[in-house]
Amino acid sequence: MKQDFKILGTRPIRPDGLDKVTGKAMFGADKSVTGMLHARILRSPHAHAEIVSINTAKAEALAGVKAVITGDDFADVENSATRYTMQNCMAQGRALYDGHAVAAVAAVSKAVAAEALKLIEVEYKTLPHVTDVDEAMLPGAPVLHEGVKARTLGDDVSGNTVGYYSFGHGDLETGFSEADEVIERTFKTAAVHQGYIEPHACLADLGGDGRGELWCSTQGHYMVREVCSEILHIDASQLRVTASEIGGGFGGKTTVFIEPVALKLSQKAGKPVKLVMSRDEVFRASGPTMSSSIDIKIGMTKAGKITGAHAKLRYQGGAFPYEMVMMGAMSAFAAYDLEHVQAEGWDVMTNRPKMISYRAPGAPMAVYAVESVVDELCQKLGLDPIDTRLLNAAREGTKSSYGPTFKAIGLVEALEAAKAHPHYSAPLAPNTGRGISCGFWFNFGGQVSVSMAINADGTVSLIEGNPDIGGSRASISMMAAEALGIEFDRVRTIVGDTASVGFSDVTDGSRVTFAVGIATIKAANAAIKEMCKRAAKIWDIDAEAVEWVDGAAQPTGHNAGDFPPMSLAEIAATSGKTGGPIAGHHEGAPDKAGVSFGVHMVDVEVDPETGFTSIKRYTAFQDVGKAIHPAYVEGQIQGGAAQGIGWALNEEYIYGEDGRLQNPGFLDYRIPVASDLPMIEAVIIEVPNPGHPFGVRGCGETSIVPPLAAVANGVAHAIGVRMFALPMSPPKILKVL
Amino acid sequence: MSKIHVTTQVNGDAVEFLCAPDETLLDVLRDRLNLTGAKEGCGTGDCGACSVTIDGRLVASCLVLGAEVEGSAIETVEGIGTADALHPLQRHLLEHAALQCGICTPGIVVAAKALLLQNPDPSEEETRYWLAGNLCRCTGYDKIIRAVLSAASELRGENA
Amino acid sequence: MARVVIFGSLRAFTGGVEMMEIEAATTRELLKKLTARYPALFDTIESGVSLAIDGEVFKDAWFTPIGPESEVVIMPLMVGG
Repeated sequence: MKQDFKILGTRPIRPDGLDKVTGKAMFGADKSVTGMLHARILRSPHAHAEIVSINTAKAEALAGVKAVITGDDFADVENSATRYTMQNCMAQGRALYDGHAVAAVAAVSKAVAAEALKLIEVEYKTLPHVTDVDEAMLPGAPVLHEGVKARTLGDDVSGNTVGYYSFGHGDLETGFSEADEVIERTFKTAAVHQGYIEPHACLADLGGDGRGELWCSTQGHYMVREVCSEILHIDASQLRVTASEIGGGFGGKTTVFIEPVALKLSQKAGKPVKLVMSRDEVFRASGPTMSSSIDIKIGMTKAGKITGAHAKLRYQGGAFPYEMVMMGAMSAFAAYDLEHVQAEGWDVMTNRPKMISYRAPGAPMAVYAVESVVDELCQKLGLDPIDTRLLNAAREGTKSSYGPTFKAIGLVEALEAAKAHPHYSAPLAPNTGRGISCGFWFNFGGQVSVSMAINADGTVSLIEGNPDIGGSRASISMMAAEALGIEFDRVRTIVGDTASVGFSDVTDGSRVTFAVGIATIKAANAAIKEMCKRAAKIWDIDAEAVEWVDGAAQPTGHNAGDFPPMSLAEIAATSGKTGGPIAGHHEGAPDKAGVSFGVHMVDVEVDPETGFTSIKRYTAFQDVGKAIHPAYVEGQIQGGAAQGIGWALNEEYIYGEDGRLQNPGFLDYRIPVASDLPMIEAVIIEVPNPGHPFGVRGCGETSIVPPLAAVANGVAHAIGVRMFALPMSPPKILKVL
Repeated sequence: MSKIHVTTQVNGDAVEFLCAPDETLLDVLRDRLNLTGAKEGCGTGDCGACSVTIDGRLVASCLVLGAEVEGSAIETVEGIGTADALHPLQRHLLEHAALQCGICTPGIVVAAKALLLQNPDPSEEETRYWLAGNLCRCTGYDKIIRAVLSAASELRGENA
Repeated sequence: MARVVIFGSLRAFTGGVEMMEIEAATTRELLKKLTARYPALFDTIESGVSLAIDGEVFKDAWFTPIGPESEVVIMPLMVGG
C-alpha cells in the first residue's frame, strides 16, 4: 500500500467553498426559470384516516391555479418498494400519518397556491391509530398494511411487524452462567430527525412528450431518476436529473418526498413547477429515524470479561414496510469479541412518517443501550471503563457478532489513544460526570462512475456522479492529483447530471471518498496508461518501456531509451497531434470498504436546580484508515458528535394522544446550537484499510454512534442515577433527581 | 391585493420593488431581487439561514416584511466580499474548513460580521451565544467558532 | 469447498442449518447452489444480500471470486445514511 503522499493528508481549500461563503452556490430552492409555477402540498391532519373523497373543483376554478393532483393521478407501479415510496409522496385511499400528502396544487404564485389549498375539500373517516412501537407490535393493534408481516413470525406479534432478524453465535445460557454479574435493562429512545437546514426543494419540467428536466436537492440524483421515471412511467433516459448543491442530508435525502409530485404537476400544467417544503412539512412528512424500545442483558466476570450478551431491538419505522433494525442488530455488539452473543431485531410499522436513514442508521440506539449496560457493569464491579473495553475489544481475527471475521481494525488503537489522552485523567468538578462509549459503522462501497479528461493546457476535468455533501469534490480532486502526480489546483471536479456520467449509487454509507476515490484512481491509471503510450510514440519506443513517475512519463531505464521525463502538461499539449483527446474513466462497484470504530469521551455537568446538562469537554477518537483531507475528517467527527449529543439530550418527536406531531419546528425540536457545545476535539487514528489502495475507510457515520451512551454514562455518573430513555431533557432529569 | 412600492438600498445599490403587504423581506430578496444567498431554513426565525442586516442591525429576514424596509440600507451575504477580495471572515471560514454543506454559511457570515462590528474582540463564549441563532447541522460549530475568532484577531491587526 | 455461514434469522429457511460447505468459484454460483438446496431462501436472495468473504463485505456482486478455503457469511443487504 502507498504510504508516502504528496497531497493526501494536506488541507487545501475546497474548490466549492468560495461560492458558499459568498452566497453564490445554488441550492435546491435557489433556481428559477421563466414561466415557472409554484406548488404546495395539502397534508392530512389525521394520524390515520380513510380518504372518502377529495373535491378539487373550487381550487381548480381559482384564478391562477394551473393544476391540482391527488393520489388518483398516479398510476400503479409494479415494484412494491417503489409503490410505497409513491404512496408516501401522495396518499392513495388512506392517510397514514399526520402530515401525509393528500393533494397538491401548482399556481402562478406561492400566495395563489396557498389560497388554493384551502379550497380543496377532503372528507376523512378517521381510523384507529398507533404511534408507539411496543403498542404497535401487540396483537390487535391497528395494522398499517395487511399481508406484509415477516414470514417467520407467529401470532404473538401484530401484522405491523414487518421484519425479524437475528445475529450471533454461541449459547447464551452458557454465557450468562459463567458471569459473576448479570444486568438486564430496558431502554427507550425517541425518533429524531436528520435536521438538515435545507428543506427538500426541486424544480421540475416534464413535457407531454415524456422528456423531463429535474433539479433537486438529493443525496443521489440517479436514485431520483430511477424512482421518478418508474412512478411517472417514462424512460430513464428521458428524465435528466441535476443535483443542486445540497444543504445537508445525513441520510434524509436518500429517497424522494416531493419530486414525483412536482413532475406530475408539471406534466399536468405543461409548465415548470417549483416545489419547496416548509420546515413544518420537513418534520411532519420527511423521514425521521426510528424510535426504539430495547432490552439488553449482559453478563460479566469480576475481572471484566463479558461472558454473554443478548439484545432485543424493537424499532418503529413509520407508515410503510421498511428494513433497518438489522443494521442495529449487527452493530449492537460489534465492538466486542464475544463467545456467546445474540442480537435480535423487529421492524415495526406505526402511524408516523416513513423512516429514512439517518447517519449510521439503526446503530446509535442499539449501541447506546449496550454501552449503557457495559458502563453499569463496570460501575458495579469497580472496573475501569476503558480497560474493560480493551479486555473485550474486537480486533483483527475476531469473529464479529454479526458473522464476518474482522480484518485489520482500529478499535484497540482508539481505546488506547483515549486512555493515554489527558482528558481521561483530568480532574472532575462537582455535579460533573465522565462518560465513555465505543461506536461502530460498516461503511460501504457500491456502484460508481468517474470520467476524467486531460485538457490540452495540462489541467484535469473530472466528472463524478455523487452529490458532494461535505467536501468530497475536494477529496476526489486530491486523490486525482495524487494519482496523476500533479498539483491539487490543476484538477476541477464537478458532480455531473444523470446524462453526463454513468450510474452512481446514492451518497450514503460513508461510501463516497472510498468508492469514488477508487474509481478516480482507476480512471487516473487509465489516463496514465494512455499518456505513457503517447510518450512512447513520440520517443519511438515500446509503450511497455514507459512508466509514470511524479506526474511525468519516463523510460523505465537506460536500456529503454535516454529521454528526459515528459510531464502531463507536455503530453497534453500535443495530444491533438498524437492521437486526439486523452481521457480516463472507470465504472465499477468497489467493495471491501473497511469498518470504522470510534471511542468518545465526554464530561457533562448537570445543574441540580434545572436538570440542564451542559457538555463541558468532548474528545472523539476514530479510526478512519487514511485521512485524505484531515480538516474535513475532523469536521465529520465533530458533526456526528454534535448530532449524537442532540439525540441524547434534547431532540425528540413528541406525539399527542391524537397521533399528531406536537413539535414540528426548530423552536420545539431543539437541535444543538453553538452555545450548547464546547470545542470538540477530534483525534484521527489511521489503521489502513487493506481494501483500498490508499488505506481509506469511510468516516462520516461512525461518529454519531458513541455520543448517546457517552453522554448518558456521563449523566449517570454526574447525578448518581441512571436513566433508561432518551432524550435526557431537563424535565426528565429533574424527575429522577 | 394591491402591491406596495418600496424604495431601499441593498448592498449599497438603490433598489425599488413592489411587494404584497404580507410578503417577507426574505421572499423579496430571493424572488424579486434574485439575491438567493439568504436561505429559508425554517421561516420562523429559528435557524438564522436568512440573516441579513437592516441599517446595521442583524435580523432574520423571514420575520421582516418587505414593506418595512422603506428607506433602509440592507446588507446581504452578496454584499460582503468578492471572489478576489474576500472578507477576512469568509477567508477564515474557508481556511478552517468551517463549512460542510454550506447552507448555513451565508447566515453565519452575515451574523459574525455584525458581531465583530459590535464587539471586535469577542470571547469564545460571546461568539457562541451570538451565533446561537444560526443553526449548523454539519460541523458541531467547532471550526466555525475558531474561524470567527481568528478572523476577529486578524481584523484587530494581531496576526497580520 | 467454501464454508458458508447463514446468519441467524435466515436459518428459518434452512431448517436451522447454520453452516454448510458449498463448492463454488463465484458468489453467483454459490447463491444459485444455496437456493437450489434451500428453495425457501429464494425470495431473500432475490431481493439482495450482502456477503462477507473472509471478513470483507460484498454487496450483490455476482462474480466475486471465492477461494476453496474461504468463509462466506450470508447477511441481509446493508444500507447506510
